[in-house]
Amino acid sequence: MTQNDAGDSPLALRTDHLGRRYGRVWGLRDCTLEVPAGAIVGLVGPNGAGKTTLLEMIIGLLQPTEGQLSVFGETLHAPMTARLARVGYVAQDHPLYRDFSVADMFHLGRSMNPSWDQELAQARMEALDIPLKRKVKALSGGQRAQVSLSMALAKRAPLLVLDEPVSSLDPVARLEFMREVMATAAESGLTVLIASHVVSELERFCDWLIVLTGGQVQLAGSADDLIAEHQVLTVPRATLDADLPGFPVHRTDSDRHSTVLVRTEQGRPVAREHPGWQADPVGFEQLIMAYLQRPSRSAAKDDTAQAAARPGPSTKAVSR
Amino acid sequence: MFRFRLDGSSGVPPYLQLVHQVRQSLLLGYLREGDRLPTVKDVAGDLAINPNTVVKAYRQLEHEGLAGGRPGQGTFITATSSPALPEAQQALRESLEEWLRAAEEAGLSSEEITALIAVARHDLKKEKVS
Repeated sequence: MTQNDAGDSPLALRTDHLGRRYGRVWGLRDCTLEVPAGAIVGLVGPNGAGKTTLLEMIIGLLQPTEGQLSVFGETLHAPMTARLARVGYVAQDHPLYRDFSVADMFHLGRSMNPSWDQELAQARMEALDIPLKRKVKALSGGQRAQVSLSMALAKRAPLLVLDEPVSSLDPVARLEFMREVMATAAESGLTVLIASHVVSELERFCDWLIVLTGGQVQLAGSADDLIAEHQVLTVPRATLDADLPGFPVHRTDSDRHSTVLVRTEQGRPVAREHPGWQADPVGFEQLIMAYLQRPSRSAAKDDTAQAAARPGPSTKAVSR
Repeated sequence: MFRFRLDGSSGVPPYLQLVHQVRQSLLLGYLREGDRLPTVKDVAGDLAINPNTVVKAYRQLEHEGLAGGRPGQGTFITATSSPALPEAQQALRESLEEWLRAAEEAGLSSEEITALIAVARHDLKKEKVS
């Protein structure tokens, strides 16, 4: 079974100050991450945040400008074939050759991937009632997505990367697609990286979270840890940010009171330290939305913004 | 076989929804000692839910003494619903109905009643913590 504690489990993905520049603009910069094997990761960020840049570097479509990247131990120096064998990829638009049959697509996959599992690909089509003889152009959107997914899984790669996998699908097809992904993850301990705009759906899929804005990592870690490290405080309006027990991520001021999402040490009993304040746990979606709404670090130059963009152990110095 | 369901918009974390469903089904007699819970893979594939979430829910159930894993066989319900429980439940229900009638007579709306219960539970929880 999969484990999501970073302790002894091998790393599926590691990046160290990874960056990619397009001309004078950085698409992604200073990206340092560690994702344990078996995690199902939600990668969230607005358009242009650097999600696709990160994904394309992970799958080997794009060379980094600076920094390091390794996927299950294979670094950028490893031969391309070794790197590619580690990653299965399902692109947003499920690109398949329209005039090919499903069997033709599988033949193509087999000729391109030495570890191709034809039996797995065919068994999945049978289970989904998709005839191998059918042409891609005659398939529904949901079926095309399933063919793409089966091709990615038949590579037998330990990391599966899904770029907006369900954005073009109707609700039932989405559910069926993700049921396949989750069942496979349960069975094989697959590590999955899902880039998605549908924040509300991520809680049921993901146990690991990466939030990107403006080409910078705003938040990354296990969902359980991140939830435990944040609290929603309701405090008198006059309360200064500096007096909050932790780093204020997002603040909404009303006439008499303010609601602040703070990042603190795990399990800190804030409400007991401050009678009259109310502390509530943060919801998954609420947490993501708060970080998505923060100004990105590249846009802001002052020191507080620098600290804000990388909340972590260092920002805990704010607490007292 | 017991089947879980998931409400994506309830605001309750998915693993807790699974735990609640087992607890509730035990109370209602839909689950009994010795019943096998579906495998992690079955739940993950059925609900399109993270398998680690199912593992977490099953661990919580084991921690509460409601279920136990048997190596190679799966997770089984180990708890018997206490025979005193239905009687205690009946008594509690009667006093609750009495309280609800009193609240209605005092002019509280359904929303106010829900809010009052939430506040009281919140305060009780705080007492326990401190």
